Amino acid sequence: MSGPARAVGSRLLQTIPVIVGVVVISFILTRALPGDPAVYFAGAMADAESIEQVRRELGLDKPLMTQFVVYVGDLLRGDFGNAVSTGQPVLTDLATRLPASLELTICALVLSCLVAIPLGVLAAVRQGSWVDHLCRVIVTAGVSLPTFFTGILLVYVFYYLLGWAPAPLGRLDFIYLDPPRVTGFHLIDSVIARDAETFWATARQLILPTITLALFTLAPIARMTRAAMLQALSSDYIRTARAAGLSRRKVIFGYGLRNALLPVVTTLGMVFSFVLGAIVLVEKVFAWPGIGSYAVEALIASDYAAVQGFVLTMALLFVVLNLVIDLSYTLIDPRVGFGAK
Amino acid sequence: MTDITQISERKQNSAFSHLTYVLRENPVTLLSFAMFGLFIFQAFFGAMLVPFDPLATNSANALQPPNATHWFGTDNLGRDVFSRVVVATRLDLTISVLAVAISFVIGSVLGAVAGYWGGWIDGVLNRLLDTIMAFPLFVLAMGIVAALGNTVENIIYATALINIPFYARLVRAEVNIRREAGFALAARLSGNSHIRTLAFHIFPNALPPMMVQISLNMGWAILNAAGLSFIGLGVRPPTPEWGIMVAEGANFIISGHWWVAVFPGLWLMLAVFTFNLMGDGLRDIVDPRRRT
Repeated sequence: MSGPARAVGSRLLQTIPVIVGVVVISFILTRALPGDPAVYFAGAMADAESIEQVRRELGLDKPLMTQFVVYVGDLLRGDFGNAVSTGQPVLTDLATRLPASLELTICALVLSCLVAIPLGVLAAVRQGSWVDHLCRVIVTAGVSLPTFFTGILLVYVFYYLLGWAPAPLGRLDFIYLDPPRVTGFHLIDSVIARDAETFWATARQLILPTITLALFTLAPIARMTRAAMLQALSSDYIRTARAAGLSRRKVIFGYGLRNALLPVVTTLGMVFSFVLGAIVLVEKVFAWPGIGSYAVEALIASDYAAVQGFVLTMALLFVVLNLVIDLSYTLIDPRVGFGAK
Repeated sequence: MTDITQISERKQNSAFSHLTYVLRENPVTLLSFAMFGLFIFQAFFGAMLVPFDPLATNSANALQPPNATHWFGTDNLGRDVFSRVVVATRLDLTISVLAVAISFVIGSVLGAVAGYWGGWIDGVLNRLLDTIMAFPLFVLAMGIVAALGNTVENIIYATALINIPFYARLVRAEVNIRREAGFALAARLSGNSHIRTLAFHIFPNALPPMMVQISLNMGWAILNAAGLSFIGLGVRPPTPEWGIMVAEGANFIISGHWWVAVFPGLWLMLAVFTFNLMGDGLRDIVDPRRRT
């Protein structure tokens, strides 16, 4: 095996213990904690006999190790149990709702990167200028703002006061029909269906939740870009590049930013952890029919299987995202992975 | 350059003059300490000083905009928003202080043991922390509260658990680099047991960076707890708490009754802001090199 392939392979191997850990913790959350899972799964109306029946059906009368094997077997077959509230298998529910969450998350991350990275670069290049101060204010305010509060403020200003934004009631105004489902992403589906009107309606609904989530992720990315950029710009190779008479643009973007991007990409992992938590709150504010609001509804209804399915899905999604980040790291950094020979 | 010479001149005047120097250089830190004092005051005395009973409803007086009697207006049941916001301070701060205290203690013990003895304990701890960090932390907190039951105590435990990795990692690193340091070996040589050396000679060195971490974490713990109660976990409705008040107020924002949600949200934001600024300020005091 060549070097880069081995690097990717060993990174893939590293995810195995993490996934095992995630599965063990979510098993512990379902079974080994105080309270009787059979009572949860049987629902609020159950009497002693039906609880006993549920206990036998779920195999809760067997030893814990056997239960764990059964649990892992169920997961491998994609069986997360049935949601009490919808009557559907949890996996089906999550799969239908996941695209809504992903569409929102991706839009927000793209927006915040588009704003945060130039802001961080400018703040570092013109250290001490008004851009730098603006950056500092945004960063400090950004980490202090509760996501749900920003969302509500934006709704008040842009929906109630100015009337620019549509009502915060989901992905699409009720006068439109959902575009025919191909990917589940309304923006893409409406383009496939060549339906410009639905596309714009979708985009309008997306704007406020996207900004809310983006404001939240802006701060860590901008701070990291600024710090990494400052460090890169003060290094010897930048001085050499300047001394060699390269253009300012070439020095800043070709040498400075390219090196500064590495730590920024690393922070993205932490940012994802926050985003996947914040999306739950944002979805609640904007009545967004994603997996976050699904989990909130399930929590309030004590719908146990649905919550566990959600937690597990989010954890696996996070593991995959971190994997993607690390693999893209090998693409950006010429010293590791694909570029190195 | 002048900063460095100034600091070295004052070195003999030790920590106190450095403290006053940092505070004078950075009035924002001073402001954050003042705001912190204000929040502590609210938490202790708020319930006695507020003009109205935070739970008293008055339907004739519902949804009044802010005015001279009701500074922050009234909510849909005619309760005084100002009184509720101030009284809520105690519950919100209690949740986050307890959560941070629990994770501080557990994280310190785990991290110190792993950093001092190393070996398989270290390996197991690292695996465990990695697994906790493999979850999006807010989502893990939701899962824990769902599993343990929907109460305020469980919000505290969940918030504590997701914060443990930060403390454990920090202490582990600080203890590990001093394990073989001269003063630690000297303490061993003069007859201290391992545990005594660890607890009284090595661990105190980790405290300054821990203080910074605590302050930054407090803000995060408040946000986390408020987020959990915003989605309907933990605190039950009539109880004044910032997260749940924002959630209740959110229903009225679309009809333009902004004050019901905005004031509790503003207080929440100010509290988090205070702890974050204080954390940055403490970092300046503790570790001048890391100033940005």
